[in-house]
Amino acid sequence: MSGLAVEMAAKALRLNIPLSVQLDLTYRCNERCIHCYLDHDDHGEMTTGEIKDLLDQMADAGVFYLTISGGEIMMRRDFFDILEHARKRTFCIKLKTNGILIRRKEADRIKALGVESVQISIYSHIPKVHDAITKLPGSLAQSIEAIRRLRAHGIRVTIANVLMTQNARDYAGVQGLAGELGAQFIMDPTVTPKMDGDRSILNLNVDESALREVFQNSALVGNVEEFCAPPQGPDEDALEMLPCSAGHTACYVSPYGDVYPCVQFPLPSGNVRRAKFADIWRDSPQLKEVRSITLRDMPSCSKCTHGATCTRCPGLAFMEGNMRGPSSQDCEKSYARTGIPSENLKARKASPQSFQIQELVQIQGLQRAAVNFPG
Amino acid sequence: MNAKRYLSRSAAIAARGLGNEMMVMSATNSTLFTLDEVATVIWEALDGATPLEEIVAKNICTQYEITPEVALKDAEVFVEQLAEHGLLLLSEQPNAQSTSAPRGNS
Repeated sequence: MSGLAVEMAAKALRLNIPLSVQLDLTYRCNERCIHCYLDHDDHGEMTTGEIKDLLDQMADAGVFYLTISGGEIMMRRDFFDILEHARKRTFCIKLKTNGILIRRKEADRIKALGVESVQISIYSHIPKVHDAITKLPGSLAQSIEAIRRLRAHGIRVTIANVLMTQNARDYAGVQGLAGELGAQFIMDPTVTPKMDGDRSILNLNVDESALREVFQNSALVGNVEEFCAPPQGPDEDALEMLPCSAGHTACYVSPYGDVYPCVQFPLPSGNVRRAKFADIWRDSPQLKEVRSITLRDMPSCSKCTHGATCTRCPGLAFMEGNMRGPSSQDCEKSYARTGIPSENLKARKASPQSFQIQELVQIQGLQRAAVNFPG
Repeated sequence: MNAKRYLSRSAAIAARGLGNEMMVMSATNSTLFTLDEVATVIWEALDGATPLEEIVAKNICTQYEITPEVALKDAEVFVEQLAEHGLLLLSEQPNAQSTSAPRGNS
């Protein structure tokens, strides 16, 4: 993020403005990725009119960065109608797609509508590995073809690579492919639980040695010595730190109109079918609670040597049962990075039976979760 | 600048008000700009149909303590900078299809 963008984010935080929103248009998808956290059935997606009205509300509320995602966004027949409306409301638009339905005509439209960038997931440069993850034969070839089309139109493309046991050795190949295609490359070493709380897909996560290998790779992390430096522990300033932008300057809206702090933080905070977006953003008790939490309020993390430098995701902590608690997956990353265990890992080792993951009763039946919102 | 100039915002931009400023991003190269309060007033008034001189006279000189000559000179520098970055389109003819700027959180 540029210095100016950081400055704008700080100003948005002061003014309580939702600078950035991810809007999922649908959970339907033409791929069936083994690590996907979504239920692909349609439980009553917002209509074209509802989405256009929401875009108007979001623009009026000050949303600047709009990520349109899914599911597969092109599964919506009204996708370009929605995109055109988003363009009229002058959002900075990023699309997340697998690209399979992007042919020349679609690439032309995306270019004409001034999309800032398109993110496409590539799991491996080896067709057999990628296609086994997406469960769609030929999907790697089709996604690569889409990237070539978009690049030929001068559209910025980011290749996202999720690391898991099936593709643990392939990230360098994907990074090379990104270079060849003129695309940016980002890698995420974390498979997250499903939005309904099901944690079964976490067994796809790579082990500590594979994580350590990633963190020692200067092509991915830059200065390895700096990246893996032992943490200093949080000082007084760090204890006032906010966890991340979720709920502070960013939020997520599902295809059913449910508002959450982030796509990885499934705390139902309101529904745009029952309340105005700006009212939810300003008055939701759930978002207010998220905003109230600083590092000082986290019993384990505030005492942890990694407290100030950890990548702790409050959504993952929430999915473990406590939004003020640690996110064990991030504790494991901090350990792989520095070789120093977090307070949470030490406590778990000392007393493993007392660290059962709580059931996430908050998101049982996610799509039908009734959130009583004042007003 | 002798001939009248009409200015409209490029279609390939993202823009949003943030407090008394305006964030503007070029979709062609993702460069982010911020406009201060006075520049934002001009930006919001650019409709492709009103000459810059008129915008400055109506929207700036009535609101801020500045002479029309100085205000117009500053405004010309400002719009030419934005045009260089592809954020504005300059024309010597009014653009009939121009619209007003959606601002957000105003």
